[in-house]
Amino acid sequence: MESTQPTESKIIELKPFTDEMIVNMGPQHPSTHGVLRLELRLDGEIVREAIPHIGYLHRCFEKHSENLSYPQIIPFTDRMDYVAAMNQNWGFCLAVEKLLEADETKDFAVPERAEYLRVLICELNRIASHLLSFGTYGMDIGAFTPFLYAFRDRERLLLLFEKVCGARLTYNYIRIGGVSEIIPMEPGSVFEQNFLEEIEEFLDYFEPKIDEYNDLLTANSIFAERTMGVAVMTAEMALSYGATGPNLRGSGVDWDLRRDEPYSIYDRFDFNVPVSKDIPELGAVLGDCWSRYKVRMDEMKESVKIVRQILAEGLPDGPVMADLKAVRPPKGEIYFRSEAPRGELGFYIVSDGTPKPVRVKGRSPCFSALSAMQELSRGLMVADIIAIIGSIDIVMGEVDR
Amino acid sequence: MSDFSSDGFFQNINLQDGTNWATDFVQDVIIPRLPEAAVGHFPVELGTVLVMIGCAGIFVALVPLLPLVLVLAERKVSARFQNRTGPMRVGPWGTLQTLADGVKLLFKEDFIPPQGDKVLFLLAPYIIFASSFAVFAAIPFGQSILVSDFNIGIFYIMAISSVIVMGVIMAGWSSNSKWSLLGALRSAAQIVSYEIPLGLSILTVVMLVESLSMSQIVDSQSNGIFTWLIFRSPFTFIAFFIFFISSIAEVNRTPFDLPEAESEIVAGFHTEYSGMRFALFFIAEYANMFAVSAIAVTLFLGGWEGVLPGYDFLGGLPGFVIKTLGLVFLMMWLRWTLPRLRVDQLMNLCWKYFIPISFFNILGTGVWGLIFQQDDVWSIGISCAIIYVGLISAYAFAGKTLARKPEPQVSSA
Amino acid sequence: MNPEEIYNTLVNKFGESVLSFDTELVGDTSIHIASTAIADVCQFLAETDTLLFDSLMCLSGLDLSTKDEEFSVVYHLHSIRHRHNVVLKASVPKTDAHLPTVSHIWKTADWHEREAYDLYGIFFEGHTDLRRILLPDDWEGYPLRKDYQEPDFYRGMRVPY
Repeated sequence: MESTQPTESKIIELKPFTDEMIVNMGPQHPSTHGVLRLELRLDGEIVREAIPHIGYLHRCFEKHSENLSYPQIIPFTDRMDYVAAMNQNWGFCLAVEKLLEADETKDFAVPERAEYLRVLICELNRIASHLLSFGTYGMDIGAFTPFLYAFRDRERLLLLFEKVCGARLTYNYIRIGGVSEIIPMEPGSVFEQNFLEEIEEFLDYFEPKIDEYNDLLTANSIFAERTMGVAVMTAEMALSYGATGPNLRGSGVDWDLRRDEPYSIYDRFDFNVPVSKDIPELGAVLGDCWSRYKVRMDEMKESVKIVRQILAEGLPDGPVMADLKAVRPPKGEIYFRSEAPRGELGFYIVSDGTPKPVRVKGRSPCFSALSAMQELSRGLMVADIIAIIGSIDIVMGEVDR
Repeated sequence: MSDFSSDGFFQNINLQDGTNWATDFVQDVIIPRLPEAAVGHFPVELGTVLVMIGCAGIFVALVPLLPLVLVLAERKVSARFQNRTGPMRVGPWGTLQTLADGVKLLFKEDFIPPQGDKVLFLLAPYIIFASSFAVFAAIPFGQSILVSDFNIGIFYIMAISSVIVMGVIMAGWSSNSKWSLLGALRSAAQIVSYEIPLGLSILTVVMLVESLSMSQIVDSQSNGIFTWLIFRSPFTFIAFFIFFISSIAEVNRTPFDLPEAESEIVAGFHTEYSGMRFALFFIAEYANMFAVSAIAVTLFLGGWEGVLPGYDFLGGLPGFVIKTLGLVFLMMWLRWTLPRLRVDQLMNLCWKYFIPISFFNILGTGVWGLIFQQDDVWSIGISCAIIYVGLISAYAFAGKTLARKPEPQVSSA
Repeated sequence: MNPEEIYNTLVNKFGESVLSFDTELVGDTSIHIASTAIADVCQFLAETDTLLFDSLMCLSGLDLSTKDEEFSVVYHLHSIRHRHNVVLKASVPKTDAHLPTVSHIWKTADWHEREAYDLYGIFFEGHTDLRRILLPDDWEGYPLRKDYQEPDFYRGMRVPY
């Protein structure tokens, strides 16, 4: 008998959700950091779902690798994470060297001087990469000026890289068995001294700048509002999605390959591993965009610390290349991972004893981190999508390979 | 109502009256110089209209120069902030850069989205352009340097500047692009929302001056810096900041530039525009920026009146321009320093903070007006004292939160 | 735990399904698992307290040569809590490349399996969204197979250069 209760039938049903609109964000979009395409299902400003579509920058790295000799593959690794190409070179070379070392018939070791140069250059490259991440993140959130500050400082680093290997972006500097000698740097030469002095000068200039950038952006109320508590990635989620590097540490997992599985000569240096935690008085939640961003800011300081230790010790004498007639690893396979600026960069290499690999798989940190995008972005707003993309710091060259 | 029709806007076009300045100009300046045979036959009405059109022409030609200067200023200012030099190639120190850009835009292809609504698409830039320039008609640039001194000047400005949102929605809708639509709706929501605190802040001034006429508002601030409306009561002081922040939101600039947030929705409502139509949006944006600063100066910072009473060099025009450019510079400063708010935070700021504070302001201004029937040394002294104490305590209170700095986080291991 | 202990644990638990422990090659040692049991083994590895493999570092398809009858799928697992690694391998016949998914255990496997499907044509049963990921949706063939022949044309564009 509903007609006897007119008050009930007159209740207006509130329908808070309206029609959905499907929007393609990318592949050409100012802040998808390359050619990422996100298929957004929008309800007004609210994102019901963001489905990432990748592959627009796929250059068949793995297929190419099967038809090239090992040293020829190194330039291809440059193009993976072009922002931190030194670290990519290194990751690949480390994997091949691991195979070479495992061959007991040959006596193979990377010279000391090369190891020092590698750590020096790669830590500087890490700073350059984090600077770019910081700058573009500021721009994603809407602050343009930090971007230019970051590029101003990165420019000095690129000039340093140019000095040592002749290239600004795709270095091909770290080779299997050592580093490139294309621009010879004799031990104790004036060139070496000048180079180290310039690095020192840069560090003296740059270290206070980090605090300046923290004042400008990290502590900015609007920036904090936009990033704190947004897209929280719990530690379990981060592990399950294979997020690594700053993304994992931003979720509070204390794990850094440089410290926990030290490769090369990282066990000789003293540095801290920045790990996020809850900061209730600021409003930061463990695993939010701000935490991930903050880890990168802190990591720059640690990289400066490592480089300073190398400068204090000075580069050791000796050759920069191992005595290696041809790169011909024994029959076998290896998976080796190193700590690139964006996370754990793994190379899975299968060798059949010939100069060409049977299989090379690049396990890129961004690829795994980006797969968390869909879950992270559910129910947030369009502007938050941008904040997430920037905070997981993807480089599409590495995602698509 | 009689006041409305006899004293204000309509007087200017009342040709029968003969008191119009343009008619005066025709009768006093032109007719005596005419050949004697023509004197009796000269059509005074036509002459009046021609003179008015001529003056309007000068105005219309001069005002668009403002954005030209401001665009260059913005680029130079941002360059200074960012350790750059800015444009340096075109003309000395790049001073002709905007002109070159304008010429480039003029010759660019005028692309019209084939799936869009063509009529609205073509119309939208003109609506925005026209309404943002119509605002200038009521702004007193100096003593007797204003196009039209009508008695509802500030009301007219509010009304005309609201038309902009119509153009924005037209642009967003007719582009047939989802990004444009998103931007247009963001813009509509933002402008409509921020119009409320804007209007309420204006109301506090109007309550103190008891007039809507721009020239009377300026006249009431003619006795030096302490008679400027910003210092006349603590409530107008708050109202100034609400007005200024809201007007930044009105003109879509960082930190409120959501409608054209290039990192989120490409370029917002003008994504699909190119060539001269895009330039019109661009010019309108900078004209708006100058206009809202000029209004803020007129309402709160003494208009063309100087810091000391009786200072009216060139009718006060230089002082007015300096004050306005100061506010414009402040806007640029904010733009190149701050990130952008999210849309819900933007609305929160408006509806949860600005509007309640504005209502409180109106209440307070009413009470203030009751207590101090006229502005004298006492009321201004007390007002300044309250503002001073308020600022000090606000600094002490906010200092702690402003000084917070996140410490580096490192693992214990 | 080192890989050998893990192998013994797995043999005790799964018996026949754990095929062999491969140590003769240089480099990493790996445990061969029957392809049908891979999901169960992974589940066991991920959830047993002494093992706790909480992250799947890498999942790759593998085609060693045209002569082989089988594809392999290689799982590189790592445990952050126990700090040990293990490599699992599962082989599937090329003619019928199907094996169970592990994407419900580690979410990162979702995209890695899509990649293996995309480049090798290995089908992961139970995967919720098995689509091409790097290549266009209408691409024909699986490029990382050793017997892959490039198409002459893709949408009217010449492919071999």
